[in-house]
Amino acid sequence: MNLFEIAWRNLRYRSLATCLTTLSMALGVGLTVMVMSISGVVTKSLERNGNVGYNLIIGSKGSSTQLVFNSVYYLSSPVENLKYSYFLEFLPGNGRQEQFAKLGGILKDPERSGKYAMFTSNGFVIPMCLGDYVGRFRAVATTPDFFNLLKHGDRNEDPYTFREGRNFVEESPENGFFEAVLGSEVAAEMDLNIGDTIQASHGASGNFVHEQGFTVVGILNATGTPNDRAAFINMEGFYLLEDHAAPERDEESGLEKRVTKGDPSKTAEDSPAVMASTRKRLPIDKREVTAILLRSDFAMGMQKQINKTPSAQAVSPIQEIAALLQMFIQPIQWALLTLTLLVCVVSAVSILVSIYNSMSERTRDIAVMRALGASRDTVLIVILFEACIIAIVGGAIGWVGGHALAAWASPLVEARTGVKLSFFSIHYPNELWIIPSLILTGILAGIIPALVAYRTDVSKSL
Amino acid sequence: MLLLEDVRKSYPQPTGGSVTILDIPKLDIRSGEQMVLRGDSGSGKTTLLQIISGITRADSGKVLFDGTDLTKLSESARDRFRAVKMGYVFQTFNLLPAFTALENVRLGMTFGRGKYRLDRAKSLLSQVGLDDRMHYRPSMLSVGQQQRVAVARALANQPRLLLADEPTANVDPSNQQKIIDLLKEVCSKESTALLMVTHSDSISQQFDRVEYLDKINTVLTSEARS
Repeated sequence: MNLFEIAWRNLRYRSLATCLTTLSMALGVGLTVMVMSISGVVTKSLERNGNVGYNLIIGSKGSSTQLVFNSVYYLSSPVENLKYSYFLEFLPGNGRQEQFAKLGGILKDPERSGKYAMFTSNGFVIPMCLGDYVGRFRAVATTPDFFNLLKHGDRNEDPYTFREGRNFVEESPENGFFEAVLGSEVAAEMDLNIGDTIQASHGASGNFVHEQGFTVVGILNATGTPNDRAAFINMEGFYLLEDHAAPERDEESGLEKRVTKGDPSKTAEDSPAVMASTRKRLPIDKREVTAILLRSDFAMGMQKQINKTPSAQAVSPIQEIAALLQMFIQPIQWALLTLTLLVCVVSAVSILVSIYNSMSERTRDIAVMRALGASRDTVLIVILFEACIIAIVGGAIGWVGGHALAAWASPLVEARTGVKLSFFSIHYPNELWIIPSLILTGILAGIIPALVAYRTDVSKSL
Repeated sequence: MLLLEDVRKSYPQPTGGSVTILDIPKLDIRSGEQMVLRGDSGSGKTTLLQIISGITRADSGKVLFDGTDLTKLSESARDRFRAVKMGYVFQTFNLLPAFTALENVRLGMTFGRGKYRLDRAKSLLSQVGLDDRMHYRPSMLSVGQQQRVAVARALANQPRLLLADEPTANVDPSNQQKIIDLLKEVCSKESTALLMVTHSDSISQQFDRVEYLDKINTVLTSEARS
């Protein structure tokens, strides 16, 4: 018989106490693995969402975090809008001219290049209007470029694909300006299919629902990004909805001008319903955008320039998300991890208590072993082996259980966050030293009872 | 084989000072010899066995076992020496409850020469008549069977000396003689010397040599029978 076998026999003899102590260790380690997996998924999910395919978000002056929350996560209340003419400053000369020819309205020097056009020559700009909802989900009014140009995924190489249907177009023969694409979660939760009509409302509570609907022409495959939880509508159609034209403002004060019913400047042709039916677009001076998504090789320089202007700000989504992680998420993750580590310390203490309590009834057994020729070191090692077996077996069960649970939840997690979990995925790099440390703690917990065994006085105990 | 010279052992008193409980000018045991050690309660018989086995160290004197003075050895060296050279049978058997009869015998081998001779363990259990009880735990064995396992365990490492501390004290009279016969028989077979502590006159009469410890802890009488 070797010493390990002796330790194993001792544990088997006290099988109930051994199982309970092992279970407590397994629960502690399993909980730690789960917390680390969740932390890893949260971090990776945030990073994935920050990997949005554009490197600047431009919005009106205000909170940069709010702008990112709005434009990337579709959370929080929308920031103030920018004039559409400001958006046109990012287009090259022919782009501005094309827009002016197509939309009409008031635009100074339409033939000139946009002031920021030189920075975007190798990139793109995508406008976005927020504020409306479809059910509980955000309605994102944008251009077809959103799905044509942007990509997603860990390496930002995956194009958006459609489970059913196609991308919306700016103007289609059958639906005019009123086409929509749904994120996977929106379609599933609201039970919407291709050909259904959705209606945008003001606010999530749906106090005011626009009469004009949008025809669903596409449903996205799940991406694990906030886009799964948004309804994308054609911006041209969005502008034609009631109250979506920019209010006229006093140039000096910036206050909205009050519009009376008998305003002679308003004609029947200007009403949204008529414009929609005649397929007339809202002119440039009546348009606003909430955010501009921009990809540029000169993002840094551009960001500095834009932030010097009085009305707009440019933020880097990756920087903002990294700051968000550092300020809010990581402290919470550490707090959770600390709590679970404390649970593991309690598990280690339970090993100590379990073995220690057994020592009083095993004093005679230890004395007998000594009388048979076992040295003090030998009995110390036997007790340490017992702690090792409980800690390692408990730790292994906890690790396997935690990862098995993560693998089992993988389809759900992937659908919600886009982060794939497998049995062997280590999402929290510290797991590679935390788990062995926990097991080591369990082993160390065996030292005290082992020392009790070491000090057993044979002549008094026999 | 074993020679004790001027062995003294004292224990401190709670009120201060110390009390001498063992003072033996000379005691020797020859190889293969079987002898009984008698004495009143508190005369130091168990202490003497513990000094011979190296569990306890004498305050002074020599304990020479095959020429090695145990009093000069470190505790771990005495542990190794005991494991290899001596076997111990206790009054209360002291089988480990977590182990089967066979495992208890193998346990005795673990601390000895480091060889786990399964066939020898089985053969010893067979010798003590427990062929069919090898895989029973002590709780499933009768008192007599437990003591037989203890004898087999004590002989596991083919010791030169077997120390038996009142091995029949907790055994019913019908089994007492069986245990004595067994000890004498297997010790003869294994050429192992036997030093047995007992209070029983009938058992003492079956041994060629009986030593008495008196209350002042000196070997008083040596009685040898032909």
